[in-house]
Amino acid sequence: MSRMSWFNTVSLTLGFAFLYIPMLILIVYSFNESKLVTVWAGFSTKWYGELFQNDAFLNAAWVTLKVAVMSSTLATILGTMAALVLVRAGRFMGRTLFSGMIYAPLVMPEVITGLSLLLLFIGIGLDRGVMTIVLAHTTFAMCYVSVVVSSRLVTFDRSLEEAALDLGCSPAEAFRLVTLPIIAPAVISGWLLAFTLSLDDLVIASFTSGPAATTLPIKIFSAVRLGVSPEINALSTIMIGIVTVGVISASLISKQALVRQKRDEQAAARG
Amino acid sequence: MQSSTFAPWEDPDAKPLIRFKNVTKRFGEFTAIDNLTLDIFEREFFALLGPSGCGKTTMMRMLAGFETATEGVIELAGQDIAPVPPNKRAVNMMFQSYALFPHLSVWDNIAFGLRRDSKSKDEIKARVEEMLRLVRLEKFAHRKPHQISGGQRQRVALARSLAKAPKLLLLDEPLGALDKKLRQDTQFELMDIQEKTGTTFVIVTHDQEEAMTVASRVAVMDQGQLMQVATPDRIYETPNSVYVADFIGDVNIIEGRATPEGEDGYHIDWAEGQPALTAKSSAKFDKGQKCHLAIRPEKVAISAERPADAANAVQGRVHDIAYLGNLSTYYVELADGSIIKAQTSNTRRISRRSFTWEDTVWLSWTATAGVLLAN
Amino acid sequence: MRRFLLIAIPYAWLLVLFLVPFAIVLKISLSDAAIARPPYFPQFDWAEGIMAFVRELDFENFIFLTEDDLYWKAYLSSLKIALTATVLTLVAGYPIAYAMARAPEEWRPTLMMLVILPFWTSFLIRVYAWMGILSNEGYLNQILLWTGIISEPLTILNTNTAVYIGIVYTYLPFMILPIYSALDRLDGSLIEAAEDLGCSRAQAFWLVTIPLSRPGIIAGCFLVFIPVLGEFVIPSLLGGSGTLMIGKVLWEEFFSNRDWPVASAVAVVLLLILVVPIVLFQRNQQKQAEAEK
Repeated sequence: MSRMSWFNTVSLTLGFAFLYIPMLILIVYSFNESKLVTVWAGFSTKWYGELFQNDAFLNAAWVTLKVAVMSSTLATILGTMAALVLVRAGRFMGRTLFSGMIYAPLVMPEVITGLSLLLLFIGIGLDRGVMTIVLAHTTFAMCYVSVVVSSRLVTFDRSLEEAALDLGCSPAEAFRLVTLPIIAPAVISGWLLAFTLSLDDLVIASFTSGPAATTLPIKIFSAVRLGVSPEINALSTIMIGIVTVGVISASLISKQALVRQKRDEQAAARG
Repeated sequence: MQSSTFAPWEDPDAKPLIRFKNVTKRFGEFTAIDNLTLDIFEREFFALLGPSGCGKTTMMRMLAGFETATEGVIELAGQDIAPVPPNKRAVNMMFQSYALFPHLSVWDNIAFGLRRDSKSKDEIKARVEEMLRLVRLEKFAHRKPHQISGGQRQRVALARSLAKAPKLLLLDEPLGALDKKLRQDTQFELMDIQEKTGTTFVIVTHDQEEAMTVASRVAVMDQGQLMQVATPDRIYETPNSVYVADFIGDVNIIEGRATPEGEDGYHIDWAEGQPALTAKSSAKFDKGQKCHLAIRPEKVAISAERPADAANAVQGRVHDIAYLGNLSTYYVELADGSIIKAQTSNTRRISRRSFTWEDTVWLSWTATAGVLLAN
Repeated sequence: MRRFLLIAIPYAWLLVLFLVPFAIVLKISLSDAAIARPPYFPQFDWAEGIMAFVRELDFENFIFLTEDDLYWKAYLSSLKIALTATVLTLVAGYPIAYAMARAPEEWRPTLMMLVILPFWTSFLIRVYAWMGILSNEGYLNQILLWTGIISEPLTILNTNTAVYIGIVYTYLPFMILPIYSALDRLDGSLIEAAEDLGCSRAQAFWLVTIPLSRPGIIAGCFLVFIPVLGEFVIPSLLGGSGTLMIGKVLWEEFFSNRDWPVASAVAVVLLLILVVPIVLFQRNQQKQAEAEK
């Protein structure tokens, strides 16, 4: 491709403007002095100060973080197991049901997942709180993890495991010493995906949380229903900032690794 | 029988290291190995040769412990190995893909198996260094597999599988991923290392040249069965079937009917209006039995005049010439339309070539040049 | 044993936390509302036996759904909104995906990341961002008034228009990525071949590019259509009282009216509606996977 046509340039510019301008406005106005969000009244960081004074938000953020860490860790373990079952276990009773249960939550409307889990928790008399949100988030996040990990496992060279067995590993050692380190990038990105899904979730958390446990999205949602507020702008800016830094540094690291690997391979080929 | 050459298979008292006894392996409906019996002796360099899907890889995977025989017994040093899991066998394998652990350095790859045996740090260090010297990779110990060349990777894989000093080393198409020049160098290196370490090697390959070069004995396989097991020269000179003759090297197969003449001589009637051929054979044929005469092209002489004392001579026309540099193969069409190949070495410059397209020539060979085969 | 545990643990987890909850939803949808805790009848009672329990179940709630026009209007309106929004997202997403695939090689990873980045940022925040833009005193109206294009502020927030904007905005990456990956694999020489054989630029696009990117288009459309059908956040933040979407109805039925049996029935019907696109989507994915083999 020599040069971009004007049409392509225009669609890219408009497309990315559409994707990013709303967030940029949000960020800019989080530094607005005025309480009236839509009127610019000078630069200020006072809303950030207020945000960090707001115990309700801080508590909710803490609950959200706890839930996200626990559920994404559990989901990663269960999802990796499920991926191994999908790719490796061959035939067993109820395999179709199993893969159905892995894929269904991916396309299930959140309202239905939330409702059904709530009815379960009430049915078995489980008090709603951090625990129930963790259970709910783990359940749908493990499906995402298993999809990510199984797509890596499909291309995994089985002879690596056979080589480990051949050199004296028990099957468990072969998994720990060879398979796991090699699929680690997929497992980590599965964990990150589960973590963000949990941080982000409003609907399922609303159904499964109790009065004792309010997550940040629930808190934001109830605040936002009343209208735009500069505090929420500040909070959003922080969240966008964290994600941006995270995603960009992750992609830079993986890009660097890729470049280094390519260079090494070229050097090796030259001998 | 005691001889100076290494040939334990000719000694009836020798104990085989590996013994396949009536082994059959089925995958569902498909029979990969069909009632196969085979002995392999210590210090042998044994090649399993055959087209893809002939069952050679299955045999190797059964030795390594990744497949179990459906029927029959496989013994290693006199013991049935069926109940022994792969990680407990004194057998190591070099994988076709090398299967080097990408997250570990060359050093750690070689040390991997030693560490499983709870050896001391010093022992491991000494052994890894010994292996690195053996494959001449001392300088690359701390590189990762993707940082070294294909040939070096192959040597790491070899060092890793030899590090535990296995009784038996299995090599699955060990040179398949290398280019031709490197492959030839590596073949001799493999033989050298096999001799130095005294390990029994079983190599799987589909490359007949490779099998002939490296192996002390070659087993030619087809559809789960052994067609012939013998030393490379015997496989080439005295194949026991048309399949083996055709699989190894280039060959002319002439079909005819045998008539015994004298002690071990035969007349072969092979085409209307052509004089009968003569051949010697230790195998017995009845009068009128169908037979195949297999003659290597390099044993067929080509000349302008009929040679006076030739046991067999046929006349034909040069149909095609394949110039291979050191050799030329002439495709000579006989009166009945069949083609016989004759090979000559090009000791002179090509401009001095005596024959060209459409020339009428005589092909001749001795009575012992060919092998008479029943099927 | 190890294999058994490997299968059993995730299996049991999904059975208990995915399948059983569904059975409960189904069961409650067949029960009657009651002023009690929990607010439905019958309760399962071992003493009375399973037959007595089953006899109490009926389709009353489903009949109620057909009688009260709120519900079927909500289903229809959800379908209409999801369908329209999918078309709008496709129209907005295709040119972007196409331009990305035609962009210089060294830009593409960056462009990819720019599309994926919003996906990682909070959905709620991205929807919220539009509240400030679309409100009567919002940035959009400010600009339009300032430039003199309009003299009266437009009412966009709390209308279906805002809902469409919100959906297109939040689901755009789901449309772009599959189309981009289909276009990226497209061999450029195919277009040249088509032009060589006498096609104009537009004809080549229509006859070669579009058909070959069809799997990506189909996948993108389903990835937007399926979740939008049950969407709750966008209609409740950007939509108005006139915006009927079934996800919102279910939420309100459950949290405001506390009518669990009807909420469950709404969920069951939504699921039945979703089965068709989900099955079609799966088939499309399978076909694509087979084609790649």
